[in-house]
Amino acid sequence: MIALGQFLEVLIGGLMSGVLYSLVALGFVLIFKASGVFNYAQGAMVLLAGLALVRALDLLVANGLPLWVAVILAIGFAAVIMAATAWLIERFVIGPLVNQDGLTLFMSTIGVTFVIEGAAEMIFGSDVYPLRLFPTDAWFLFEGLFPGGILVNKLDVWGALIAGVLVAGLAVFFQRTKTGRALRAVADDHLAAHSIGIPISWIWFVVWLVAGLVALVAATVWGTKLGVQFSITFLALKALPVLIIGGLTSIPGAIVGGLIVGAGEKLAEVYLGPSIGGGIEYWFAYVLALAVLLLRPQGLFGERIIERV
Amino acid sequence: MASIARRLLILATALGGAALSAPAAAQNEQFIPILSYRTGPYAVNGAPYANGVVDYYNLINERDGGINGVKILIEECETGYATDKGVECYERLKSKGPTGAAFINPLSTGITFALTEKTAADKIPIITMGYGRADSKNGAVFAYNFPLLGTYWSAADIAIQHVAKELGGFDKLKGKKISLLYHDSPYGKEPIPMLQVLAQKYGFEFTPIPVTHPGVEQKSQWLAIRQHRPDYVLVWGWGVMNSTAIKEAAAVAYPRDKMIGVWWSGAEPDVTPAGDQASGYKSLMLQHGAGKFPAHADIEKYVYAKGKGSTEPGKIGEVLYNRGITNAMLGVEAIRKAQEKFGKQPLTGEQVRWGLENLILTDARIKELGFEGMLKPVSISCSDHEGARYGRVQQWDGKGWKVISDWYTADESLIEPLVADVSAKYAAEKKIKPRDCAKET
Amino acid sequence: MLYREAGQFKATYAEDMAIFPIRQDRIALAVLLGIAFIGVPLLATFRIWPFGTDYLLWAILLPFLILALAAIGTNILVGYCGQISLGSGAFMAIGAYSAYKLATGVHIPLAWLGFAIAIPPLPVLASILLGGFMAAGAGILFGIPSLRIKGLYLAVATLAAQFFFDWAFLRLPWFTNYAPSGSVNAPELDFFGMVVRSPVERYLLCLAVVTVMAVLAKNLVRGNLGRQWMAIRDMDIAAELIGIRPLYAKLTAFAVSSFIIGVAGALWAFVYLGSWEPLAFSIDRSLELLFMVIIGGLGSIMGSFIGAAFILIVPIMLNVIPTKLGLPLSTQTITHLQFIIFGSLICYLLIKEPHGFARLISIGKEKLRLWPFPY
Repeated sequence: MIALGQFLEVLIGGLMSGVLYSLVALGFVLIFKASGVFNYAQGAMVLLAGLALVRALDLLVANGLPLWVAVILAIGFAAVIMAATAWLIERFVIGPLVNQDGLTLFMSTIGVTFVIEGAAEMIFGSDVYPLRLFPTDAWFLFEGLFPGGILVNKLDVWGALIAGVLVAGLAVFFQRTKTGRALRAVADDHLAAHSIGIPISWIWFVVWLVAGLVALVAATVWGTKLGVQFSITFLALKALPVLIIGGLTSIPGAIVGGLIVGAGEKLAEVYLGPSIGGGIEYWFAYVLALAVLLLRPQGLFGERIIERV
Repeated sequence: MASIARRLLILATALGGAALSAPAAAQNEQFIPILSYRTGPYAVNGAPYANGVVDYYNLINERDGGINGVKILIEECETGYATDKGVECYERLKSKGPTGAAFINPLSTGITFALTEKTAADKIPIITMGYGRADSKNGAVFAYNFPLLGTYWSAADIAIQHVAKELGGFDKLKGKKISLLYHDSPYGKEPIPMLQVLAQKYGFEFTPIPVTHPGVEQKSQWLAIRQHRPDYVLVWGWGVMNSTAIKEAAAVAYPRDKMIGVWWSGAEPDVTPAGDQASGYKSLMLQHGAGKFPAHADIEKYVYAKGKGSTEPGKIGEVLYNRGITNAMLGVEAIRKAQEKFGKQPLTGEQVRWGLENLILTDARIKELGFEGMLKPVSISCSDHEGARYGRVQQWDGKGWKVISDWYTADESLIEPLVADVSAKYAAEKKIKPRDCAKET
Repeated sequence: MLYREAGQFKATYAEDMAIFPIRQDRIALAVLLGIAFIGVPLLATFRIWPFGTDYLLWAILLPFLILALAAIGTNILVGYCGQISLGSGAFMAIGAYSAYKLATGVHIPLAWLGFAIAIPPLPVLASILLGGFMAAGAGILFGIPSLRIKGLYLAVATLAAQFFFDWAFLRLPWFTNYAPSGSVNAPELDFFGMVVRSPVERYLLCLAVVTVMAVLAKNLVRGNLGRQWMAIRDMDIAAELIGIRPLYAKLTAFAVSSFIIGVAGALWAFVYLGSWEPLAFSIDRSLELLFMVIIGGLGSIMGSFIGAAFILIVPIMLNVIPTKLGLPLSTQTITHLQFIIFGSLICYLLIKEPHGFARLISIGKEKLRLWPFPY
């Protein structure tokens, strides 16, 4: 019974932390879907959003505003920052690079990563800034059934709820709004979309903005978990296997990929780790992604790649 | 947003009034390079330390007009805690100034490993206060390495001594479970051999648990700890790993007062992000703790009052800041000692090395320097490059660090065989003929 | 007017197919090699500006040469064969650690078979080359997925190699000869009785290796194999239809590329660092190499050198210049500015010339041929 309880605990913990990776992976998917850009800067955008949010919040609270007003204003400020970033990226990097191959675009986003990291830290500071928007303690479920209960972190639950709302929101946005439908048209074929009068650069700006807002949401959760600091940028590397397993173009895929990666790596670490040296979650997700790709080269939910000669 | 405005203002004035004339090189200056990291994942811990170092050198220049009239010339180089950039910085700065670098201070165990051979070839001492390679205590083999005030092996021994004291005696350690949560790098791995020796001697069960750089994801480690239920968890982390460990411990309801961090896991940035959850967390002290001492008053008077301080006045007296000034003070005193032998002029690295190796700080001298209460006497010699092996334990009460233990002294009878063994291996590998310390004066 | 090939007649096919068919190119290269092989060591030995200190040799030229070699390896895979790899750092690590193991002696006890594989410590040169072959083996293994996975998916899949080997060298104490800290020391660089110690000797050693490897690589990509790779890169299905075996072409590209990268990794560890840990070959190194080949020019050996120089030197310059000018900026601000400017420069270069410096140089050459007339 103890063994089962522990297994469930690791499984649930893994699934939950997987959803937190999905929050970061979602931003990648949005941009890749609409513009074919593999955006390495997503991690840096989470850092930027988090720093803008937490610095504004601290300042407003210090000036005596009630917490809820300060939170709303700070989120607004961070959103404006993300909009400005999106506009700058579209105007000066992605726009001029239209029609370049994926590798060049990918490398240019690494350049963008450097700029964002440098600018964010220069403007907002490079210290660690605690953010406390969500509770971080734990519930212990089924204490009667399992000794010690099954531990579930409240922050993880919040993260999962937010991810759910976010995905639902994005689905509505893509299916029901005019901009959303235009986005899907651009994603399908940007030349065709252009020729029927969809303003491409506006659409790309919107995509980067939405990705920036997703980064802001991710920043609220991860900032609460870690404190807002430079290390948040490393999340980009944690999100890559998630996105590859789910498929680069699928929003539900990002969630499912997150669940698989989270559960897989935590179970592997806890149950296989001690026998082969520990720390295997460092690569486990990537090997899992490699295995999935060998079976389905476009990821679980990705669009099939059809090539013509 | 005041600080943002200030930053922008500084930047604007800097760009606007860029003076193109390089400062004329004076001949009576002692050059000291500073390898620091104020950006990147470890900036949170690197910056306060570097601030302390810079402020202390400025204090010597402003208050005393240098070391016996020899001004200190400093230059900072950003390493970002990356080994290859550290090597580049070292090469860039090692021969600056009239006599080259007096000593080097990398603040990274990885860079220390990479520089150990180079510094010996260039005859520049490498001071690694409270970090670096533990076997370099043996000055016969490592002539240029100075792991002052304590190595990780001393730290491991002191931590176990404290655990034994809390349990009520060394005999109580038998059958207990002690885990080590460590940063998976040379830094985090250093204490493992010592802890294995201790585990064998006292009969406790020792489990090392690695955390991958930079340590933002520790859920599985803490779930494993929750299942394994160790009696104590030693934390050997740096940067974000420390605060994440405390938060995850809180999440799995592991008692924070059963966690003992090494002295690099016991500063303000390690506990403040965790808020109230950090209350009760303990860490070793590299002798000194937080708080202000007479030396700080001088720094405020001679450096900050003139607007030359490098941090916000509120951060003076934090743990890592204090470590920075302690470190700078030891370097300055070594130069002073070397000046007794080689004259009051800029000295080469080789001459400063002599000063370091013959440095003795008595209680009286420490009081004179304004460090009373931060430091116990230090006595460095050829066979002992560590100089002191004391430590205490402090506890975070939610607002500040409180010292909760007496002084411990690391048990040399356990450490010495390990040092001899590992340093002999290094000497054989690098074909170094150990010096005969009996003949050194 | 100086750069004109009029009057240079070629009487045989061999002359026409030479690596440098234009005389001026040959002269330029000879001068460059002369400076590199004779000029630099002379200046460094007599400590003449700018070689007054070891800085230029130790901190710029040595890493430049080794990283340029690694960039050539990466370019063969990414630039010539079109297989994006983010695992170059791992192959450097494999080269470094294999060479380390071979140079210090390998002992694998096979208890269940009742004997042990024991290889005595090998000479350094043999270890470095064998390190390259070990990397080639691993390269072939991790190249197999490339038969099914393409493009950016492949790039992320190669990260599996990167992270797996990072972990293996960190966690499996056998690779580090059970060193307590996990950091290992290179053996003495003894080449058949000649011990390489001083920066000049190290520089010459790397220069020799890089020159030989670069010439070999250049000839390889001009030959049959190189043409197969390029066919695969340009369109793999079409290449297959005209009779090129994708399996053979892709895996040879992985093998050759990993071999070169592996040798570079061994040099990086043995000659440059001397003492290292797996972090020296992290994902950052892989990204850096990819930058070098893209900024330098995909599918250009010379581009690899230029790219390596750019990526290595520009950040250092950006870091040094403000101090040299005496700008009153804090180290922190300088580093942040360095990030911003470096990132912007990369974006700017990619926008202005997505095909890298190599394309800029060939455009320059074309213009020079016609100069001073525009036609």
